[in-house]
Amino acid sequence: MPEPLYYAIAGFIVLNGVIGVVTYVTLLERKFAARMQSRVGPYRVGPHGLLQPIADALKLMMKEDVVPASADRPVYNLAPIVFLIPCMLIFATIPFAPGLGVADLNIGLLFFLAVSAMEIVGLFMGGWGSNNKYALLSAMRAVNQIISYDLPFIFACLIPVVLAGSLRLSDIAAAQHGLWFAFYPVFGWLGFVAYVIATLAAENRVPFDILEAESELVAGFRVEYSGMKFALIQLGEYAHMLATSFLGALLFLGAWSGPGPLWLGPVWFLVKAMVVFLLVTWVRWSFVRIRVDQILAISWKLLLPSTLILLMATALWVAWRSTAGA
Amino acid sequence: MDPEARKVVEMGYGGSERLTMNMGPQHPSAHGVFRAILTLEGETVVGVDAVIGYLHRCHEKLGESLTYTQYPSIASKTDYVAAMTSELAYVRAAEIIGKIDVPKRAQYLRVIVAELQRIASHCLWLGTWCLDMGGALGGGATVFLYCIREREWVLDLFEALTGARLLYGFHQVGGVRYDIPAGWEQKVRETVALIDQRINEYEDMLESNAFFLARTQGVGVVSAELAQEVGISGPLIRGSGVSYDIRRLEPYSSYEDFDFKVPVESEGDCFARYRVRMVEFRESIKIVRQALDGLPAGPISSRPGVKSVGQVRIPKGEAYARVEGARGEVGCYLIADGSAKPYRMKWRGASFSNLAILPHIIPGTKVADVVAIMGSVDPVFGEVDR
Repeated sequence: MPEPLYYAIAGFIVLNGVIGVVTYVTLLERKFAARMQSRVGPYRVGPHGLLQPIADALKLMMKEDVVPASADRPVYNLAPIVFLIPCMLIFATIPFAPGLGVADLNIGLLFFLAVSAMEIVGLFMGGWGSNNKYALLSAMRAVNQIISYDLPFIFACLIPVVLAGSLRLSDIAAAQHGLWFAFYPVFGWLGFVAYVIATLAAENRVPFDILEAESELVAGFRVEYSGMKFALIQLGEYAHMLATSFLGALLFLGAWSGPGPLWLGPVWFLVKAMVVFLLVTWVRWSFVRIRVDQILAISWKLLLPSTLILLMATALWVAWRSTAGA
Repeated sequence: MDPEARKVVEMGYGGSERLTMNMGPQHPSAHGVFRAILTLEGETVVGVDAVIGYLHRCHEKLGESLTYTQYPSIASKTDYVAAMTSELAYVRAAEIIGKIDVPKRAQYLRVIVAELQRIASHCLWLGTWCLDMGGALGGGATVFLYCIREREWVLDLFEALTGARLLYGFHQVGGVRYDIPAGWEQKVRETVALIDQRINEYEDMLESNAFFLARTQGVGVVSAELAQEVGISGPLIRGSGVSYDIRRLEPYSSYEDFDFKVPVESEGDCFARYRVRMVEFRESIKIVRQALDGLPAGPISSRPGVKSVGQVRIPKGEAYARVEGARGEVGCYLIADGSAKPYRMKWRGASFSNLAILPHIIPGTKVADVVAIMGSVDPVFGEVDR
């Protein structure tokens, strides 16, 4: 098969797969949250509410698309796309099984981190272009928060890189054969905890969801969006969350390794990603939101120094191990 | 708005750009229809202007045009979250003017419903307050749904007693309208026992949560002097270190028979107000149990059953009656002219007076603190606007 065709087909499959999984991830979260809150959750559409995500998607598609009169139209219209593209693009480097991925780059993790940080552009465009005060405040908060938490997030991601000695995601997954990095003594444990905390913040989940903050800023940067544009933003947000869940499963939980035949690998990978996702969801539905100044303080005074020290300690340990072993 | 507070705002001008933002009247955390015009410098609130009146229903005029028999069921609509207390304030004022005796059993029943109402109201407060801080898509919603579940049980009890879940019309001049149905006492005991246990769970969930503490401790501090000067009451003033509870200071409806604590916290922040209300939950449960234990037999009203709406006539005179509602002092001033309707009625709504504290404590806080403070004040806009 010619190479461009391969990429086109693989990209098509991954994109559609992601959209399909994302719609059902929302159902999973709603069911999970409902159980936590002693409710039933979606139940009416299809058996056990299984068709609910489709009904939601159809509803959003049929809604009127409202553009505020005073909005900056090009920026406002472009924002959901600019927000969605990086969120989808990051799936390109994730290998779902050995050799099964769109592009297994040798700088896979770097690509992932760089592209996922791009979402802030779309987010700020949405907040600015809406010409709404709530949206503007939310966009300002978003810039603050995402810049503060990208660094700890990157440092936490780099710990498995140092342990595995490669930026290529499939190498990192292969290096966990026998011992998942989440169970790697001390460095792995702390690294996984730091990863989950940084993920919460980078994903804007409660307790770090100040940019959505519906009790203060109504719905934050997407307050003026409706219909399909709103759906695109929502899709991007959940896709990003799904991607970081996959990344967490890949970096710390051994990716596709698991009992059973080889073809079960992607299933194991999905299960592990869902474990990370539910961990994040569990935190989300049990905490109250913290304030913007407290969020910044946690990042710069606590999370950033501790992940930096942990990363350096891991590097020293790996260097010592290799010299002692040689 | 208080001119002094406005002056403070102008002095705080640092030359940076300002943003005027409306919080309300339609806003997810407005607790009704309240409009706070916030002046922001970045995230910091430098001024707040409160606009009320969106829910004004001419209650004082209604009081003049409805008879003593009709109005108690309308009085519940002032504070619809704690409807029992406003009914009680009105009928007490009429009873004081007319020197009408209330049988002991009716007094005890009034205490039971008032305390159950306090539990139900505090349930809603805890839920909505956490919803404000935690978001409808977060941990706050979890606490909210738990609290609503407990509130429903109390409302079920009220439904069994009066047939209504929100606005009861339980009180009447000279007593109460309904006696307790069979098996109700046992149901009350089971419900309060369960709520007692659940309160421990909420305390575990919230007080060992660092984020909850970070959001509430040291936020919205009201000093005892400020509290007394502004005239706030209820859990707010008790959270500022002033022991002011009408049930204790001026016992009405046999409150002197019961043994209960008046919780006081000295810090004056949101967390202190939270603690006061959590202790009040337990004290209310204690009072309900004592009242059920000592519930005397006898008539539930000193007046015969109502045959016509104009039947109750109150002689000429005037009186002020006050009761301790879930939100503070609920007062009713009545001037009677000997007919079946009062000549004039004046409400003192606890929420209205409590709301006056906002311009004193909000400037200088962050936007997120505004909703935390608003929630800890626990206003009900039916009572603010009347």
